[in-house]
Amino acid sequence: MKKLDATNLLCPMPVIRTQDKVITMAPGEKLEITCTDPGALHDIPAWCRINGHRLVSTEERDKKILIIIQVGGP
Amino acid sequence: MKQSQANNLNQPHKAIALISGGLDSLLAAKVMIEQGIHVEGINFYTGFCVEGHTHAIRNQDKKKQKRNNALWVAEQLGIKLHIVDVIDEYKDVLTNPKHGYGANLNPCLDCKGFMVRKAHEWIIKHNFDFIVTGEVIGQRPMSQRKETMPVIARESGANDLLLRPLCAQFLPETLPERNGWVDRKQLLAFSGRNRKPQMALANEFGFQDYAQPAGGCCFLTDASYAKKLGDLWQARGNKNYDLDDIMLLKVGRHIRPSENIKIIIARDEGETNFLSGYRKRFTSLQATSHTGPLALIDGDASEANIRLAAQLTARYGKGRDAEQVTFEILAASGLKHELAVSPLPKDNIPADWFI
Repeated sequence: MKKLDATNLLCPMPVIRTQDKVITMAPGEKLEITCTDPGALHDIPAWCRINGHRLVSTEERDKKILIIIQVGGP
Repeated sequence: MKQSQANNLNQPHKAIALISGGLDSLLAAKVMIEQGIHVEGINFYTGFCVEGHTHAIRNQDKKKQKRNNALWVAEQLGIKLHIVDVIDEYKDVLTNPKHGYGANLNPCLDCKGFMVRKAHEWIIKHNFDFIVTGEVIGQRPMSQRKETMPVIARESGANDLLLRPLCAQFLPETLPERNGWVDRKQLLAFSGRNRKPQMALANEFGFQDYAQPAGGCCFLTDASYAKKLGDLWQARGNKNYDLDDIMLLKVGRHIRPSENIKIIIARDEGETNFLSGYRKRFTSLQATSHTGPLALIDGDASEANIRLAAQLTARYGKGRDAEQVTFEILAASGLKHELAVSPLPKDNIPADWFI
C-alpha cells in the first residue's frame, strides 16, 4: 500500500495531494493518507465519491487521521 | 484550437466550469448540464480561499460545517471536480496586479483573468470545448462589470470560448452559441447585486442548500487580513511569501513591537494546536507554571525579544495577574530553556503594536 503524509496541511491541500498521488497510481491500488485536519474526514470521502474511487476506511489515532482509499477505474 | 470529437462521435460537447463553491457557479454549471453539455468542474486553490476548515481551527468555530463547498457543489451536480494548486503561480497575480487592487489587497480582475487563463490551458490539454463561469454583470464592483467582461475573455486568451450562462443575454455570442452547441435562447439575463433571480433559479432546480449566497470567498477582500499581509511584506522588504506565511496570517493575535520581530499568540486551544505545528520553524513559547497560549516569534529571537514575547504572552494566559510566569522556550533548532517573567501590564502594550 502506498502512503501519503498530509499532516499539518489544511484542506483542501490534503485533497490536492491525494488527487496528485492517485494520478500516478493504477486502478485497484490502495493509498493510506495521514492527515491532521479533521476536514479531511469529510473532503477526501467526498472527493472519492465524485471521482469514482473507493473509501476503504477512516480512523483517528493519536491526534492523527488515517484514511485508506482504493483507486477506481479510469 | 483543437476541439473534442463530440460531433463526429455524437457525444456531448465538453465544458469545464469554474466552481468556487458558491451559488452562481453552481447554477452556471447546472444550466449547461440541462443543455446536454458534459460538464466537469475546476477549482483553483490560491491559498487565500476562505474555507470552513480554516475557521474551524478556532474552538469557537468547531461546530461550523467543515465541508469544502466546491466538492459539495460538484457532488450536488454529479460532476467531477479537479482541484488545482496554483499557490506559486498566483504570487505574480497578487504582487503585480496589472489592474490594481480593490478595497483591500484583492486583485479581483487580474485574479479572474488568471483563473480563466488556467482553465483555458486546461481545456486545451484535456480536449474540452469551452469554459463556463458563474459571472454576473454588475455583481462585483471590480471584476464583474460589463466593461471588464471582455477584458477577462481577451487577456485570458479564452476569447469566445468563455461562456457566462447567467448573463449571456447581455454579452456577444460565444463560439458554443454560434456553433449551436448551446441554445442562446435558454441562457439567462441576470445582472446586478440582487440575488433573488439566482435564488429563484436554485429553487427551480431543487437546490435548497447552498453556500455564501452573497459571495466572499477570498481572504484578500478582508481588511484585517490584508493589513497583516501588508505588514508581512513591509517587514520583509519584499512581497514574497509561501503557503505557511499566508496560513499563519489567519491564526492568532499578531503583535509587532518593532520592525524586526512579530509575535503570534494563539487565541485558544485550537489555535495553540495549530501553531504547535510550526515549532520547528520558529522559536516558540509555552507557559509551564500556568495554563496559557502558545506563541511564536517571527523574526529576531534575541534574548531581549524572547523576554518581551514571554511578558506579552503571559498577559493572555491564566497567570496574567501572577507575579511571575515560567515559560519553556523552544528554539527552532530544538534547544530548550526556561524563562520566568512578569506579565506585561495591559496598559503597557501600545495599541499600534497590534496588527
